[in-house]
Amino acid sequence: MSARLMQGNEAIAEGALKAGVRFFGGYPITPSTEIAESLAKLLPKFGGTFVQMEDEIASMGVVLGASLAGKKVLTASSGPGISLKQELIGYASAAEIPVVIVNVQRVGPSTGQPTAPSQGDVMQARWGTHGDHSIIVLSPWSVREAFDLAVKSVNYAERFRSPVILLTDEIVGHLRENVELPAEVEIYPRRTPKISRAEGYQPYAPDEDLVPNVANFGEGYHIHVTGLIHDDTGFPSGSPKVTREAIKRMHEKISRAEDEIIEVHQEFMDDAEFAVVSFGGTSRTAYEAVLNARKRGIKIGFVRLITIFPFAEKIIRELSKNLRGLIVAELNFGQLVNEVERAVAGQCAVKLCAKYDMTIFEPEEIETSIDELIAEVNGNG
Amino acid sequence: MRKQLRLSGSGGQGVITAAIILAEAAVSEGKNAVQSQSYGPEARGGASKSEVIIDEEKIYHPHVKNPDFVLAMTQKAADKYFSDLNPEGTLILDDDLVPTSPDFKNIIRVPITKLAVEKLGKSLFANIVALGVIVKVTKLVDFETIKKSVATRVPPHTVEQNMKALQLGFDSV
Repeated sequence: MSARLMQGNEAIAEGALKAGVRFFGGYPITPSTEIAESLAKLLPKFGGTFVQMEDEIASMGVVLGASLAGKKVLTASSGPGISLKQELIGYASAAEIPVVIVNVQRVGPSTGQPTAPSQGDVMQARWGTHGDHSIIVLSPWSVREAFDLAVKSVNYAERFRSPVILLTDEIVGHLRENVELPAEVEIYPRRTPKISRAEGYQPYAPDEDLVPNVANFGEGYHIHVTGLIHDDTGFPSGSPKVTREAIKRMHEKISRAEDEIIEVHQEFMDDAEFAVVSFGGTSRTAYEAVLNARKRGIKIGFVRLITIFPFAEKIIRELSKNLRGLIVAELNFGQLVNEVERAVAGQCAVKLCAKYDMTIFEPEEIETSIDELIAEVNGNG
Repeated sequence: MRKQLRLSGSGGQGVITAAIILAEAAVSEGKNAVQSQSYGPEARGGASKSEVIIDEEKIYHPHVKNPDFVLAMTQKAADKYFSDLNPEGTLILDDDLVPTSPDFKNIIRVPITKLAVEKLGKSLFANIVALGVIVKVTKLVDFETIKKSVATRVPPHTVEQNMKALQLGFDSV
C-alpha cells in the first residue's frame, strides 16, 4: 500500500477499528473531535455503532455498558471531558471493564485554551480517578504510531480488563503526515469463560495471569457488576482479606507484565553523557534538538517514553548510572520530571525544560536547556 | 531539499483545506509532507494559519521556521506572518484583502478572492484559486498532481468548478 496523508486523530480511529473496536460513545471537543468524526463514518460500515451522547459522563457510561455486552470500545475527549469521565474510569478499574480512553491534550486547567497544544494531563492520566488503581498510559509521537498505539491500547484493555489511556496531544492529534498503515495487526480477543456454570464458573475468579474471564452479558452466564470491592462471584464483600487481595491483584495483573508493556525509544545512547527525555509530540522537537546538539559535538542521547505508565523506572534508573545529566522536556509546568527524578534517585543531574504558553517547543529552546544543563554539571552554570 | 510554506488568513477562508490538499499532492508524488495548523476557538473569523513542510528527508519538528513561501489572505495575516520569511522567499497576497504590502522584497499580488467571486460566483473557491497560484509560484508539485488532489478532496458535484478555480489561479501569475 502506498503512502497517504493522514491526521493523527484519523489514525487513532483507523487503529481502533483495526483492533476490533465496534462501539464508540463520545461528545465532541477540540482537539479530539476528528476521532469521533472518523469513527462516525467508519463504524457503520463494519457493523459497529457510533453514538454521540449528551455529555462526556454519559459517553463514558455508554462505552462501559457496550463493553460489558461484548463490544470492544473506545471513547475520546480532551482535558475538560476527561475530567468528567474520571468517576467512571475508576468504575472500569474496579469492575475490570476493558475500555480505551483517548485524551488529545490541550491547555488547561478547566476550559483552558481550546485549540492549543499542551501535555498537562500526565499525572491526571495516572491518578485522575480516586483510589488505589493501576492503569496503562501510552503516548505516540507520529501519525503511524498513533495507529499502532491505538491497536495496542485496545489489546491491553482486553488482555488486562483495565482502562487504558491513549494520551496524545494536539501536536500529534492534528498533525497530518505521510503514513503507510499495515494491512493486518495482531489482535487480542475478548476473554471468555474457560469453564461452564456447572463446573463452578465464577465471573471474577482470576485466571493464571491474574485477570478474570468475565463473561459478556447476554451469553448465558449470571453476571453481577459493581464498583464496590467484590469477591470472585462479583458480589460486594466487606471482608478485609477480600479487599486486600482484590486491590493487590488488580495492581499485580499489570505490574507482572511491566517488562512487556513498557516501551522506551532510545537513540544515540551508546556514548551519551547526557540525554533528553520526552514523550508525545514534544519528542519530535526533542529529536531535532538532539540532532543539532550532536552536530555541535555534544554527546547527548534521545529517550522517548512510549509507555508513560507503568513508568519506566528501571530503565531510567539504569540509564542514569552512565549519564551526567538528563533533561526532561515537557509541554507543561513540570509533571513527568518528578517521576524521572524519583527513578534517577540522585545518580545524575535532572533538569526540567518546561513550556506552557500555547506554543510548542522550538528545537533551539531545548538546545538552550541542554547547554545550561552541561554548564551546571560542569560547575560553571 | 526542504521547502516550508505558511498559508494564513481568517477562519472560513479555507487556508487549512488548501494546505491539506497541497500536502496530499506532495505525498502522492512520493515526498514526505507534514501539515499542521493553528486556529482560534471560533468557527468563522479569527486568525487561521496552516503550515506545510515538504522534504525528501524525514520531518520531525513540525513547525515552520523561516518559510520559503507565505500566503496571506488578510491584512492582519500579512502583517503578522511575513516577518520570519526567508529573505529570498516569496510573499503571496490577496490583492483586495491586503491593501497594504508589508516591507518585503518578493511580493506577488493576485486578486484571489475577487477572481473567485467574479469568475465562479463564490468567494468559497478562493482557497483553490490560491492553491493554483501557489503551485505556479512554488513549483512544488506538478499541476496535474494538484488537479488530482483537489478532485479527490472536494465534494463530487463541485469538481468542475474547483478545476476552473485552480486553473484561474495558475494562469493569474
